Amino acid sequence: MEVLNTFLIAPFLDMADSPIFLLEVVIGGLMAGVMYSLVALGFVLIYKASGVFNYAQGAMVLFAALTLVGLMENHVPIIVAIILTMAVMVGVAMLIERYMLRPLVNQAQIILFMACIGLNFVFEGAGQIAWGSNVKKLDIGIPENSFEIGGVLLNAFDLTAAITAAILVAFLAVFFQKTAIGRALRAVADDHQAALSVGIPLKTIWVIVWSVSGFVALVAGIMWGGKAGVQFSLVLIALKALPVLILGGFESVPGAIIGGLLIGVFEKVSEVYWGPAFGGAIEGWFAYMAALVFLMFRPQGLFGEKIIERV
Amino acid sequence: MFYREAGQFKSTYQTDQAIFPIVQDRWFMALVFIVAFVVIPLVADEYWHQAIIIPFLILALAAIGLNILTGYAGLVSLGTGAFMAVGAYSTYKMSTAFPDLNIIIIFLLSGVFAAMVGMVFGAPSLRIKGFYLAVATLAAQFFILWVFNKVEWFFNYSPSGTITAPPRELFGVLVTGPEASPVARYYVCLVFLVVFAFAAKNMARGRLGRSWMAIRDMDIAAEIIGIRPLQTKLSAFGISSFYCGVAGALYIFCWLGSAETEAFDILNVSFPVLFMVIIGGLGSVLGAILGAAFITLMPIFLTNAPPMIGIHLAADLQKHIEEIILGLMIITFLIVEPAGFNRLWQIAKEKIRKWPFPY
Repeated sequence: MEVLNTFLIAPFLDMADSPIFLLEVVIGGLMAGVMYSLVALGFVLIYKASGVFNYAQGAMVLFAALTLVGLMENHVPIIVAIILTMAVMVGVAMLIERYMLRPLVNQAQIILFMACIGLNFVFEGAGQIAWGSNVKKLDIGIPENSFEIGGVLLNAFDLTAAITAAILVAFLAVFFQKTAIGRALRAVADDHQAALSVGIPLKTIWVIVWSVSGFVALVAGIMWGGKAGVQFSLVLIALKALPVLILGGFESVPGAIIGGLLIGVFEKVSEVYWGPAFGGAIEGWFAYMAALVFLMFRPQGLFGEKIIERV
Repeated sequence: MFYREAGQFKSTYQTDQAIFPIVQDRWFMALVFIVAFVVIPLVADEYWHQAIIIPFLILALAAIGLNILTGYAGLVSLGTGAFMAVGAYSTYKMSTAFPDLNIIIIFLLSGVFAAMVGMVFGAPSLRIKGFYLAVATLAAQFFILWVFNKVEWFFNYSPSGTITAPPRELFGVLVTGPEASPVARYYVCLVFLVVFAFAAKNMARGRLGRSWMAIRDMDIAAEIIGIRPLQTKLSAFGISSFYCGVAGALYIFCWLGSAETEAFDILNVSFPVLFMVIIGGLGSVLGAILGAAFITLMPIFLTNAPPMIGIHLAADLQKHIEEIILGLMIITFLIVEPAGFNRLWQIAKEKIRKWPFPY
């Protein structure tokens, strides 16, 4: 009875006790979720367009953030630094397409996944050789003060991150839906061969997709770096984004967003209300377990394409 | 000229189905065994044993285990480290609780525990497929390590949270713990690897292995021809985790001596073992062993090569360069030969068979 009480009843009583605190926890979770979504988005873009499970996305975030910080330390003005970093990411995308994706075209997905882990090592090493491996502070002038709305404490930085993510998603949605390149991207995502046969240049599309996800990595890097400093552990946020991916579905942009928010809220609420009952530090696996249980009922994730199997 | 099957007639079914049907293969294997059992213990010094050979043997065992799951049954798993940890912690618990029990029996029993845990976490594989499953196995990885970190019973309430291999004897020779001689530990690991590799090879070419491969190639079609997906997938998870569990037990007891859950971290174990399986060649026991050799030797080679040719670099710079080179080598290798070392081996055999003629 004691056990049942601590796991099933007490947490809910706590929640009912102070709804304002619950609201704060939920909002904190949503804010954390936005950050997860930003990373997951990069995965989804690449998976959609090339079927590659890009494990190196976390390292790309680190690499982009390190490049930006490194440039800013050399007194490059911020706008120029961002543009230069973006140029570097486009260059990287071209290199990856030419020397990794093109020779590996048509290989099994797991081979490409392995290649991406190899790429992960290259990014980690290169970023740290070029810009050093100590923790760096990234300050691009986002306010960090907290303020209250209706009794709920909010952080300006988190709010900025959420708004940035919203703008980014809106931008991506327009890009995918309204532009010719966006339509070509969706065609490639649907069927490589059919897209090729109507004259869509696959190589160009891949460069564009990897550049766009490099851009997403840059935004995520700015946000995470601004919050926690630019350091090696940024690579590990890739592991944070994976449960978001399977919860939302690998090939769905809205899935990445909503999955990220859900995981963020789950994680915070469970840590605050159930964490003590488990003895703490459950953040590391709770998201995975939640996603795993969810997948048992819906194996393709929330918004993934329905898996149709034929013999 | 030297390596061909011409003239070797088989008059019984037994010889026809032998694991090495060609005489030259048997000679080659005999040679390998002589080198492994006699020459290496005589030649290798303590550094070689501790830094290269023993970890290679243990990781090769884990790689064979993962290869059963990923290579033969087509289920990608990133939870290898967790299943190895189950083996290690249950060996620790049993060897401290029952000091008189033979250590080999304890190793095998902890393999059984790992198999049970593996089957529990493998159950979702019936519904979840592909990368969704790979990420779902990460749940096992993080959850199990968290449990071993949190529940103090698993490390006997020791304040540091580490498990230390107690000294245990086998035939009067100390084989585990820090006092045991490297040669004794080497023999234990070698015998386990040899026995388990042959077992895996035989399983893979028998009924069980064929049903794994049928499920891997197309699970619905396999189901239609009468292969039960539940039993097949769970047996793959169970046997694979058994191998990983024994490897994990050896990892602590015959190699590291003492460790925390950190030693079974995803970056320390799960990914490297997956590399071994893929670089070695999916669905091949020999490939897993060759892949393990490559992945254990390469970082050591990269660390020692620059000083040998007279380049001295700062430690962290060298570490990053190593990372880059390792990453580039993996990508290059996958581009050159996506089917892995196993395929290279087959090509080499084909060439020897036709030598000195090109075709």
